[in-house]
Amino acid sequence: MKTDIVLAGVGGQGILSIAATIGTAALMNGLHMKQSEVHGMSQRGGDVQSHMRVSSKEIASDLIPKGAAHLILSVEPLESLRYLPWLHKDGWLVTSSTPYVNITNYPEIEDILKEIKKIKNHIIIDAETIAEQVGTKRASNMVMLGAASPFIDIPFEAFENGIRKIFGRKGDDVVDINLAALRAGREFSGRNR
Amino acid sequence: MAGEKLLLLGDEAIAQGALDAGLSGMYAYPGTPSTEIMEYIQSAPFAIDKKIHRTWSANEKTSMEAALGMSYAGKRALVAMKHVGLNVAADAFVNSSITGVNGGLVVVAADDPSMHSSQNEQDSRFYGKFSLLPILEPSNQQEAYDMTYLGFELSERYKLPVLLRITTRLAHSRAGVQRREVKNENEVSLPKNPTQFVLLPGIARKQYKDLLNKQNDLKAEAEHSPFNKYFDGQDKSKGIIACGLAYNYLIENFEDGKVPYPVLKACQYPLPKNMIHKMFSECKEVLVLEDGAPMIEELLKGYLEKENVKGRLSGALPRDGELNPNLVAVALGLKDEHGLPIPEIMKNRPPAMCQGCGHIDAYNALNEALIDYGTGRVFSDIGCYTLGALPPYNAINSCVDMGASITMAKGAADAGLIPAVAVIGDSTFTHSGITGLLDAVNDKSPITIIISDNFTTGMTGGQHSPALGKIEDICAGVGVEKEHLRIFTPLKKNHDEMVKIMKEELAYNGVSVIIPRRQCIQTMKNKELAEELKALGLK
Repeated sequence: MKTDIVLAGVGGQGILSIAATIGTAALMNGLHMKQSEVHGMSQRGGDVQSHMRVSSKEIASDLIPKGAAHLILSVEPLESLRYLPWLHKDGWLVTSSTPYVNITNYPEIEDILKEIKKIKNHIIIDAETIAEQVGTKRASNMVMLGAASPFIDIPFEAFENGIRKIFGRKGDDVVDINLAALRAGREFSGRNR
Repeated sequence: MAGEKLLLLGDEAIAQGALDAGLSGMYAYPGTPSTEIMEYIQSAPFAIDKKIHRTWSANEKTSMEAALGMSYAGKRALVAMKHVGLNVAADAFVNSSITGVNGGLVVVAADDPSMHSSQNEQDSRFYGKFSLLPILEPSNQQEAYDMTYLGFELSERYKLPVLLRITTRLAHSRAGVQRREVKNENEVSLPKNPTQFVLLPGIARKQYKDLLNKQNDLKAEAEHSPFNKYFDGQDKSKGIIACGLAYNYLIENFEDGKVPYPVLKACQYPLPKNMIHKMFSECKEVLVLEDGAPMIEELLKGYLEKENVKGRLSGALPRDGELNPNLVAVALGLKDEHGLPIPEIMKNRPPAMCQGCGHIDAYNALNEALIDYGTGRVFSDIGCYTLGALPPYNAINSCVDMGASITMAKGAADAGLIPAVAVIGDSTFTHSGITGLLDAVNDKSPITIIISDNFTTGMTGGQHSPALGKIEDICAGVGVEKEHLRIFTPLKKNHDEMVKIMKEELAYNGVSVIIPRRQCIQTMKNKELAEELKALGLK
């Protein structure tokens, strides 16, 4: 198996928590992984991305070649479009519908959604609202991961175990909310793909 | 323990490799993409338990020198810096090749091709070549670990510092790394040759000859290094020399990594000459893949510009910027795959100062205070406040190197641009601003220096600032007059007061230092810092 994922968002939105969960799930399944991150200046509200590669074979490049990503997982709608050159023609684009507006010339959200809907395989999800329904807005990244999980070639239970491992130190309540968020995202994708 | 597998960033792999190799001290100043090496050691229970030196230094030069001192005393030391930091440490670094070492010394230079977070993309391998030192360039996280571990052995075997060169992509990419046996630290021991570190001309001449004499052994070492490998290929229409990370991008382009051409994976310098001879004797042309400057390509191409050497100089690859699998595909004559184009509605999202940041209030006041003088007279420095160059602030006119704000303002004032203003952060001030301030004080230069103090090294993620609690005393000690040393809290509600103070000091015909002082909002959760600020009476 092999899944190449571009994680996208704005510095400070915490895309690395999603990366950590996927990474932990991959390792617990004995898979190889490479994950390139953005540190430094761009973390101050700039566009950030993480190339996450999971494979049963050894992985050469830390960067995903253009046109090869199986999945773009974006926690912000405008940012989901920035990485289209990386998306494989049969790949999936899964994005949050909530704009993060920290620039004065941010496009109209309708125009952004129109562009996203042009992509053959896309899922637009109001992750914040769903996260609020299961307990807290702060779990919206796990809703996003849940929504993207059908397109990552790792068993769903592995993501659940990943969450248990990563959030375990913070107590059962935090684990349960994040598990609920993950499952809610997964269900949304099931209904809307 | 040996065999244990960890998921590590390239930077963290270096740190773990050093710890396992019997490290006694690490010295560094924060700088993207090298910062996480020290951060890993600072938080490693093993390092804390063993009391391994792991506090930040004032700058890269002081770190390099302290590490050399630890090596003199027989122990193993690690220094890490970003590429431009090696410019600051260059005096010590270049001369350390003449002194040689006693305990093992590994110097990490983290380059930033494509300038993700830097002002240039200089290639640190030139420093290694210039200094006649062995260079190691890992292609993956495991090699980053192994090269650091074995780099200490290489250093102690040849009694020379070893340069480990990485780039941003590896520094900030995570993969599995397998550990080796943990070694004990060295005991304190003096160098066998008591004059080894005394670079008086008569001694330095002899030491330099020793260094030159080691070159043949270093070349032979490269032929047998586990990091240099020659892979045969059926198709001799070209051969490929892939340095460091570029090797991965080559492999990525072939199904199951099977490259049809002969390939030299070159990760230890000086390069293995016999292997290169072999490639030139059996291949029509040679493509050189380097994630940095075309250093090897130029070397092989030579002054006579041999036409069968391809790379960044021949146009097969772009002359600047980071490599990636697609660029390498094009250079190999393979199809360049792409997904969909970016829609036209896309907008840039540049980094910006955080909401509520004290630098913003300082800039708003400065812009107003300068209205009567006109724009174009604010010299700034390296830090979060450099983002003041962007709209809506458009507040600064320069950012060159650490500490250049004060000295450039001085030079501009000398030329008649009066008043000239410098904007510098607390950590950058103690890194390289103090000596410039001394120049300005000695000349009574008509400049206004704003030291925007947020109690941390902010841009790199909020590391401990060596300037903490010391700035006024330093300024006074250097000779800044008390009545022209002004401190205030940069907050919206203090705007009018800040403008008034700035105007008064801009009008003063001498050196003024203004310190807008408020904690970086990114560090608010840092409990250690909170305690320290309390103890210093700053909170």
